[in-house]
Amino acid sequence: MALPNKPVGELKADVNPEVEEREVDILIVGGGMAACGAAFEIKKWAGDKKILLVDKAAMERSGAVAQGLSAINTYIGENTPDDYVRMVRNDLMGIVREDLIFDLGTHVDDSVHLFEEWGLPVWKKSEEGKNLDGKRGLKMGTLKSGAKPVRTGKWQIMINGESYKRIVAEAAKLALGEDNILERVFIVELLLDANVENQIAGAVGFSVRENKVYIIKAKTMMVACGGAVNIYMPRSVGEGKGRAWYPVWNAGSTYYLCMKVGAELSMMENRFTPARFKDGYGPVGAWFLLFKAKALNGLGEAYVASDAAKAELERYAPYGTAAITPTCLRNHLMLFEMKEGRGPIIMDTVTALAELGKTMDKKELKHLESEAWEDFLDMTCGQANLWCATNTEPEKKNSEIMPTEPYLLGSHSGCCGMWVSGPDYDWVPDDYKWGDAGKVYNRMTTVKGLFTAGDGVGCSGHKFSSGSHAEGRMAAKQMARYVRDHADFTPTLAQSTEELVNLVYKPVKLYYENYQYTTAEDINPAYIKPSGMALRLMKATNEYGGGWATYYQTSDKMLEIVMDMLAVMREDIEKLAAGDLHELMRAWEISHRIWTVEAHLRHIQFRKETRYPGFYYNADHPGQDDANWFCFTNSKYDPKAGTWECFKRDYHKIIPD
Amino acid sequence: MPSFVIQEKCDGCKGGEKTACMYICPNDLMVLDPNAMKAYNQEPDQCWECFSCVKICPTQAIEVRGYSDFVPLGSSIMPMMGTEDIMWTCKFRNGVVKRFKFPIRTTPEGQANAYPDLQGKDLDSPLLSTEEADGYQIPKPQALA
Repeated sequence: MALPNKPVGELKADVNPEVEEREVDILIVGGGMAACGAAFEIKKWAGDKKILLVDKAAMERSGAVAQGLSAINTYIGENTPDDYVRMVRNDLMGIVREDLIFDLGTHVDDSVHLFEEWGLPVWKKSEEGKNLDGKRGLKMGTLKSGAKPVRTGKWQIMINGESYKRIVAEAAKLALGEDNILERVFIVELLLDANVENQIAGAVGFSVRENKVYIIKAKTMMVACGGAVNIYMPRSVGEGKGRAWYPVWNAGSTYYLCMKVGAELSMMENRFTPARFKDGYGPVGAWFLLFKAKALNGLGEAYVASDAAKAELERYAPYGTAAITPTCLRNHLMLFEMKEGRGPIIMDTVTALAELGKTMDKKELKHLESEAWEDFLDMTCGQANLWCATNTEPEKKNSEIMPTEPYLLGSHSGCCGMWVSGPDYDWVPDDYKWGDAGKVYNRMTTVKGLFTAGDGVGCSGHKFSSGSHAEGRMAAKQMARYVRDHADFTPTLAQSTEELVNLVYKPVKLYYENYQYTTAEDINPAYIKPSGMALRLMKATNEYGGGWATYYQTSDKMLEIVMDMLAVMREDIEKLAAGDLHELMRAWEISHRIWTVEAHLRHIQFRKETRYPGFYYNADHPGQDDANWFCFTNSKYDPKAGTWECFKRDYHKIIPD
Repeated sequence: MPSFVIQEKCDGCKGGEKTACMYICPNDLMVLDPNAMKAYNQEPDQCWECFSCVKICPTQAIEVRGYSDFVPLGSSIMPMMGTEDIMWTCKFRNGVVKRFKFPIRTTPEGQANAYPDLQGKDLDSPLLSTEEADGYQIPKPQALA
């Protein structure tokens, strides 16, 4: 047998890649819901412009909705955008951008109506109050024509969503045209203009299918590549590392790309630590809301209804005492039980289904069982398999739930991301609006011409799939305006082609210069492989940065230690090596993750309070300190000086209680 | 569980334009060994078990074996994609078998209305293209704090 001192991947990297240079007016980086929204909308406003969309994967199954979804969590319908703002504000403990949330709330339904028109099955209520799914739902008419959806909560509607992403991507591709789409190309750095200060000018990336570097000049662009996953040690560390709750391929690229060119970040301390079915990470929303199941502690008590829990929630009034308990506080109560030795926490599926079954005939019962399984099979197939493997029929056997590892995102029940301009309405405070040359460009970051959407927009969570799509469309229209208003601008790059190729392919060059020094290619003193670096990051964050190892608790001293470790990691990522194209993708992904986590922990360090108990705790600053910290915490990386700055920005209450 | 490819069933999509699983995997895990003309999962511990490769495989050569960290052996779930529905066969470790059929779309594939002829009129208004066409009025906050 030959020595294992050769590159292992099928698609070997070549130290001399081809180079393809392109120049477009509008660049869309990403292929998920927000990017599909932008792709659908953009030609309606900029049909005569050159447009390009670049996706790391294949749009048909890329992004957070790749696997499907069993519900659309944001549909305003009979509610008002005002109430939508109130709900999001309460869930995120008061500090949100109400202009962004209200604005989104006025557009999101239009995207949901399109989804249904394109073929997404939306459940409807019959006149007798029964649930009609699939094509049966269409008998009641469309949502747009006034048919009643099946609501689980005030904002959520049920769908048969296995092919949700395929349907949305199909419309996006048809609208934009296949010729204007590059799949399997990973954008790894953005580029500022050589002449105009703080103006975006392009992006650089590479193909994961052939040895080719792409250098793309653009007048304006939207970056929407999802959140950050596998940044903290997952609860399963073998094969199960892949069973992340959010898509495992979300590498924080959105935050990295924007922060590296100096875009201001906001609320990066906000993380989401979802409580899900243990190990399989199946969704709990339908179980709580649709099937009305209760969570029990190890003693069999419905602990959230206890006097002790109510007293604890009162400490976090008005958020904790609102009709719907904020997501972080629900975790907080769960963690309290676990730490007191009253775990594990059990979802009582048996009682819930028995209760529902009391008023059902045999056929309806069968359908109820099917609905319970569809909830998993539409969006977390692995959880269904875990039920099968553990002989779990939910009507006969309960399942454990548990908080997962932390995630960073801006579209679900979290709100980290970029500080972006709000819409140009008179009711929006002046310091929430900006642009260029006297004009306001909604959803533009603090870098001129650089827009974001979905997980990239900070301070406005609870957009979910539909809101991300709508926000991509909103950003697309603004990019069309930006290009019209900057017709004279010609993007110019500061770096030479050679410099950019060397930057992107640095891990490949390092690998091939050194790999034959040892007898096994993965262990070499001259370099580190991305897989090893990923574990180093996750071990450090889990132990010091408030991972599950410490019940999500950190402290000033622990933060100091992990910041030192991250500084060393940022040095060591210069020594990442990749022998094949897949590994080159992993090398860049871990770089993106390390920088993203650094921003996250810098913000936690700066905010001297515990705003989101249940998501994280700073032991040196327990509790909320409204007097000093009822504000946004923002940060900015200076790309020229290589320095960071953290600072406060004012919160404005726009919508009354 | 990570996806695995059954050697006997995989033909590397030799009759097609592209290797289906390699085309679709959102995490770039499925690759083709061009000598063997068989596909394999190159990084099982990064598999999300999204079943995209299982669903798209034209020869039903791909299945999933649950993550070894926490899934006991002996079960399987297998989808069969149709044009309007997906059929699932779920086999328990103890031999119980459940079958489910769920709708996936209400329109023929490839015919989503992308509004190719719709052109927006007022680029400076906040209206999206279809909202503008519908004459939608954007609401304002009912009251300000």
